[in-house]
Amino acid sequence: MAYEAVIGLECHIQLATVSKMFCGCPAEFGARPNSNVCPVCLGLPGALPVTNREAIDAAIRLGLALGSTIRDVSVFARKHYFYPDMPKNYQITQYDRPLCEGGALPVRIGDATRSFALIRVHAEEDTGKSFHPERHGDRQVSRVDFNRAGVPLLELVTQPVFREPAECAAFLTALRRLVRWLGISEGDMEKGHLRCDANVSIRPAGTQALGTKSELKNLNSIKGVEKGITAEIARQERVLASGGTIEQATLLYDADHDKLAVMRSKEHAHDYRYFPEPDLPQLAVDAAWLAAARERLAELPWTRAERFAAEYGLPAYDAGVLCDQRELADYFEEVVKEADPKKVSNWIMTEMLRHLKATQRGVSDWARNVPPHHFAFIIRSVETAQATATSAKSVLDEVFANGGDPASIYAERGIRARSSSDELLPLVRAAIEENPGPVAQYLGGKTATLGFLVGQVMKKSGGQAVPQTVKDLLEAELARRAAAR
Amino acid sequence: MSGADVWRLSATALAARVRAGDLAVADAVESGWRGPAAAWEADVHAVAHTDPGARAAASSAAARDRRTAPLAGVPVLVKDNLCTTDYPTTCGSRILAGYRPPYDATVIGRLRDHGAVVIGKGNMDEFAMGSSTEFSAYGPTRNPYDLGRVPGGSSGGPAAAVAYGLCPVGLGSDTGGSVRQPAAFCGVFGLKPTYGRLSRYGLVAFGSSLDQVGIFARHAGDVAATYAALAGPDPHDATTRQTPAPDVSRWDRGVAGLTFGWPANLWREGVEPDVVEGLEIAAVALERAGARRVAFDFMPGEYAVATYYLVATAEASSNLARFDGVRYGFRHDDAPDVRALYTRTRSAGFGPEVQRRILLGTYALSAGYYDAYYLTAQRARTRIRREYEAAFARCDCMLMPASPTLPFRLGEKTDDPLAMYLSDIFTIGANLAGIPGLTVPVGLTGANGRPPLPRAVQVLGPEDAEPVLLAAGRALEVGGDTIRLGAAHDTEFAWPTKR
Repeated sequence: MAYEAVIGLECHIQLATVSKMFCGCPAEFGARPNSNVCPVCLGLPGALPVTNREAIDAAIRLGLALGSTIRDVSVFARKHYFYPDMPKNYQITQYDRPLCEGGALPVRIGDATRSFALIRVHAEEDTGKSFHPERHGDRQVSRVDFNRAGVPLLELVTQPVFREPAECAAFLTALRRLVRWLGISEGDMEKGHLRCDANVSIRPAGTQALGTKSELKNLNSIKGVEKGITAEIARQERVLASGGTIEQATLLYDADHDKLAVMRSKEHAHDYRYFPEPDLPQLAVDAAWLAAARERLAELPWTRAERFAAEYGLPAYDAGVLCDQRELADYFEEVVKEADPKKVSNWIMTEMLRHLKATQRGVSDWARNVPPHHFAFIIRSVETAQATATSAKSVLDEVFANGGDPASIYAERGIRARSSSDELLPLVRAAIEENPGPVAQYLGGKTATLGFLVGQVMKKSGGQAVPQTVKDLLEAELARRAAAR
Repeated sequence: MSGADVWRLSATALAARVRAGDLAVADAVESGWRGPAAAWEADVHAVAHTDPGARAAASSAAARDRRTAPLAGVPVLVKDNLCTTDYPTTCGSRILAGYRPPYDATVIGRLRDHGAVVIGKGNMDEFAMGSSTEFSAYGPTRNPYDLGRVPGGSSGGPAAAVAYGLCPVGLGSDTGGSVRQPAAFCGVFGLKPTYGRLSRYGLVAFGSSLDQVGIFARHAGDVAATYAALAGPDPHDATTRQTPAPDVSRWDRGVAGLTFGWPANLWREGVEPDVVEGLEIAAVALERAGARRVAFDFMPGEYAVATYYLVATAEASSNLARFDGVRYGFRHDDAPDVRALYTRTRSAGFGPEVQRRILLGTYALSAGYYDAYYLTAQRARTRIRREYEAAFARCDCMLMPASPTLPFRLGEKTDDPLAMYLSDIFTIGANLAGIPGLTVPVGLTGANGRPPLPRAVQVLGPEDAEPVLLAAGRALEVGGDTIRLGAAHDTEFAWPTKR
């Protein structure tokens, strides 16, 4: 029987706020263990939470970006379970009245944009981090670092709208882009800024009723999400194929060995005993706050990509790439003030992004050495035939590496595009003289040798010769020689 | 007055002497220890933790920085569930044995800022769960008026200490009457402020939506002075009210023109005659001072006790989850894994009453029961609040017993939790409704074959009615004699006599 999968995601986004969710401790990563702590985030007796407005503002902005409904009154709740890295043995989260409800994230998959519907987005606090077990003499010891305890998280829950693991990966990629675009999180899954659990069930293709779901945890990369869900779908199909039934369970995915392990079954499901957090008043978001958040929101990536396509006549693919990062889109819009949009887009996608990928650096690093005005100069120099693409690219490499004004580099090196036959003909003739073998081959009918000869002339010109002119001159000269033979 | 009698002074009189330079801070702070404590403390056991070195250090700091402050040199015993850096904070529980907080509660900081000196930690029912101060891991506190009887609870330690003269002011906490009932049993003033007026930051939580820090004193003016020092918004407590606290500086203005409710249906049965007699005495005194009695029947929700015990235990089960032996306090030393660490620590660390309430609260919040219990209780709570609002549409304040009985004997109710819970019937309403209540002593009972015992009434008011309650309290303090309203605070008090 053919099955189809039904998948919903629960994502946790660690916010890049200065301080923690309910106290003033720094939310930074990497401090000495248990140094960013206070009575509140340690859950000491008598300590009380106070909500971080900046974290709520980030949640509101994400909600607005996703088209969610922002509740004017939402409620924090306590979620109870005992675990050593949870200082109060309850987590302050939201339950039946979350801050943001509904909405959807538009995701570009291939040539189409699909919108994945959401259930909710709410704010909560993170737990500490356990390290265990370690051997100390004859004892096993677990240690806990509470620096992360109380760091603000947003939980985003999708509807069960995914059918393919690849859709989940695309969704997470788009979500990562959005949270970075909004500047609310670094969005790095490997570092735990973005975490994802998946609810997976399968059903006979074409049917509507939902199967029993399993919850998949420990998916700590986008690739891991895709692989883990793929493995779980395969497992469920095997169970059903062998006549078994799916048990509701929580599973851990081991990406290194592509294996699933049952963490707990339904009988051991927690009763979290949610109830409204009595230490916090209801969270009221008034019209003024919403308006200010909307002001900070600026243009969203997908809206901007549409505008880029319409305003600059770019293909949808180009516009999507340029709007992958807010800084990149900003940079593009600066360069394009002084150069042709499609050309700028090509240069960014082929040259700039290749360099950044190779050097593991970011748009801001690039812009520091290659300010938009200089990039535009280089692009324009090719369009106006002032330089060849080859020389322009070599200058760009140099400017990215060391900075500097490309105009002065052009002047210093005497860089220009050579296309006059007066200048190029001597070089063409010299190349023919120096390479009798390839010339003989060409004349013998092996015309592919022409490329080699063009390259020789380019070399002699220091990259400044216009390749098409060289090719034309070579062909004419060789034809003349063939005729003279 | 001789230096030896400094302990009899009111807080305001004592602070005035310190400010005038007539009395050293250290002498003010130690007056109770050098005086009545020697005679009383071993029997009463009001104090759970103290330390002469810590008292001396705090006295020196106050003498250096706060000698001109409103409460300069005033010694204060604070309940053992208020976090203090200079004494352990154990909540009368084994599970917090030896625990010393790294921070001061906001109210403790404000006491210090106003020149007062914390002289130790008052005994209490474990985690404030009880009405007799018998459920303390550090042994019971006894009533100074009759050592065979309880001082009330859960803040029995500070109440008894203020009554016998260890200090003029004490701090407690009131979740369902834990300040007002022991104040009544010990014959002192006891104020539970409007919810959100005194910061709860650093008060170890019992029922977060019900808890308020409360004030004990022998004189209405001392309650007012302490309230003025402590009340107001706290950025560390999101449930504090953001508006400035009501002005209580005119606590001696009298009650002329005020109306007080007289819901006599509440004490027609089930209330001891001595308590009813106290209410009559109070009503007559208020009328003599110019207030008008408004009689009406009041039904503050027949489900108030059930509502209270659902809300309080649900919140307590959550608040007490953090006591697990992992990070501080008592830890069971025989625990092969983390689950055993939790269960063994909590089973051995919490006393039976606390375990009972944690179980009740856990049950009330459990899946499948939440709607029937917790949610229903929340709805009932809203109704109770409305009923109080309706009553206060007819009067400025209301008289009510603080307890249906006079102080009972030690052991009398320890085996009957329900009887103990029912004794809270007149106090829990204020916590459910978030309104202020003040216990006012109205003298001692006649010696009908037993030692005279304190008798008191409770004055309840709408939100932020603290000025009205204190005015009524002062009028009762002077027996309705308006000429004495503005008289200076002195040493007059129905002191217990040592037998």
